[in-house]
Amino acid sequence: MKLVVNIRKKLRNFELATDFSAENEVFALLGASGCGKSMTLKCIAGIETPDSGFISLNDRILFDSEKNINLPPQKRKVGYLFQNYALFPNMTIWENIEFAATGTKEEKRQKTLENIRKFSLEGLENAYPNQLSGGQQQRVAFARILVADSEILLLDEPFSALDNYLKWQLELEFTEILKGYGGTAVLVSHDRGEVFRLADRIGVMNQGHLETVSGKHEVFADPKTLASTLLTGCKNISKAHCIDEHTLFAEEWGVELKVQKVPENLQYVAIRAHYFTESETDGENVFNFEVAQVIEDTFSYLVMVRLVNSKGKLLRWELEKDKWHERMAVRLKLPAEKLILLEK
Amino acid sequence: MDFSPLIISLETALTATVVTFFLGIGLAYGVVRLRYFQGIADAIITLPMVLPPTVVGFFLLLFLGRKSAIGQFLLQFDINLVFTWQAAVIAAVIVSLPLMYRTARGAFEQLDVNILNAARTLGISEWRIFWRILLPNSWQGILAGVVLSFTRALGEFGATIMFAGNIPGKTQTMSTAIYAAVQANDYDSAYNWAMVIVFFSLFFVVLMNAYTSKMLSRG
Repeated sequence: MKLVVNIRKKLRNFELATDFSAENEVFALLGASGCGKSMTLKCIAGIETPDSGFISLNDRILFDSEKNINLPPQKRKVGYLFQNYALFPNMTIWENIEFAATGTKEEKRQKTLENIRKFSLEGLENAYPNQLSGGQQQRVAFARILVADSEILLLDEPFSALDNYLKWQLELEFTEILKGYGGTAVLVSHDRGEVFRLADRIGVMNQGHLETVSGKHEVFADPKTLASTLLTGCKNISKAHCIDEHTLFAEEWGVELKVQKVPENLQYVAIRAHYFTESETDGENVFNFEVAQVIEDTFSYLVMVRLVNSKGKLLRWELEKDKWHERMAVRLKLPAEKLILLEK
Repeated sequence: MDFSPLIISLETALTATVVTFFLGIGLAYGVVRLRYFQGIADAIITLPMVLPPTVVGFFLLLFLGRKSAIGQFLLQFDINLVFTWQAAVIAAVIVSLPLMYRTARGAFEQLDVNILNAARTLGISEWRIFWRILLPNSWQGILAGVVLSFTRALGEFGATIMFAGNIPGKTQTMSTAIYAAVQANDYDSAYNWAMVIVFFSLFFVVLMNAYTSKMLSRG
């Protein structure tokens, strides 16, 4: 189950240029809305046509601009889970699934029955899509994809536009289905948490360009680009320059930081809001900050701080509620190993 | 009283509506799928709706009349269209087609494109998508198109009188009968035919509204 994608397509504001492969895993495309991630899925499915490039699935060529190959979506065997599930409104649940099934009449009936059971849809065979809950609709959409003998799953923002609780319920179900599926799946999302929980590997997309592709832990620990840093949810970023091999200056925060090695073409330094530690004594990368603002979040405090007596940019420090008590200044350490260094 | 205008009107409008139904849906489907020249194609099909019907009739005479290439060709088989019942049908089709086309196209475009794309990725052919998904989910707009084109065909006057004439018992429809009656100062007949047309048109539109609201409440 191997998918290889290497395509280019001119879009209104930028050129889409993606290059990745995925094999028996959940591969996620993480990006802001309008960055071209859904367009990438549509190109794989054959709903949109790239300007040039190559797409193959299990050694079948789906698209090759040089050889003039462009299979219609019907021939690609690509299962596409749409955001709104796109069930056929004029058909019952049974008809929705059977309509996508292949084979003789009896085979179709068998496959439909099998998947109705597999996705616990018994009793809903004669219901229409608009009578179903979001979770049930999602299961029908999955069942429909499976009876169509799809060789890969494309998941287009499966949980956006849902309220929090429902979203979580769906994600739980979804995780189960994905586990049982075992094949290759490409997930598109702008939610870093969703991507981290569901995917094995992540590709970060910015303005149509696939910037970082690696394991999810690596992407979050070392995002490599500004866009990836922001998309993985890092709140504190400052322009920075190199002072010597082990020292850098964070321009917007006004602090000098020691790290193991400063890359020569350093451009930014970043730190996640959870990674500050309070320090009793002075030391390396320890600074006195004044508290500018304290915001109470659901389960944590967001403390906005800046270097004492400076006009530096505010840093966001996030800590559990019981760890915080009201005060005007704090001594914080920015641990060297938690600093994200971004090169030009 | 001579009922022939009523019968001719109904026959003409019904025949024209059957033709318009298939032609309009086909054109709507074709234009929706066009990649280029969509605007131009749309404009050409819509033109008879905004042109004065006399202009449509004039062009029909020009292109299908005895002196035209098509007219000459048909004459070889002893077929003459001008001032015949068939001419009335053709005039009604051309004039009512934009209504069918536009409502069908609107209905097609209203359907979530993801539903059609989902069907495509599931391996379902364009032919089956058209008959089993696109049409059944667009019936409301198509029904509206049928009623609008039928009532339009029923009331057609300008193109009909130019191209089919106003021959009593042959091509005289209710609307041309009203014109003839008024010219002959026969206001009673004109009044009668006018009421019949109003009644039919109102009846069909009310019927359509009742049907759609019933279907809507059913979900």
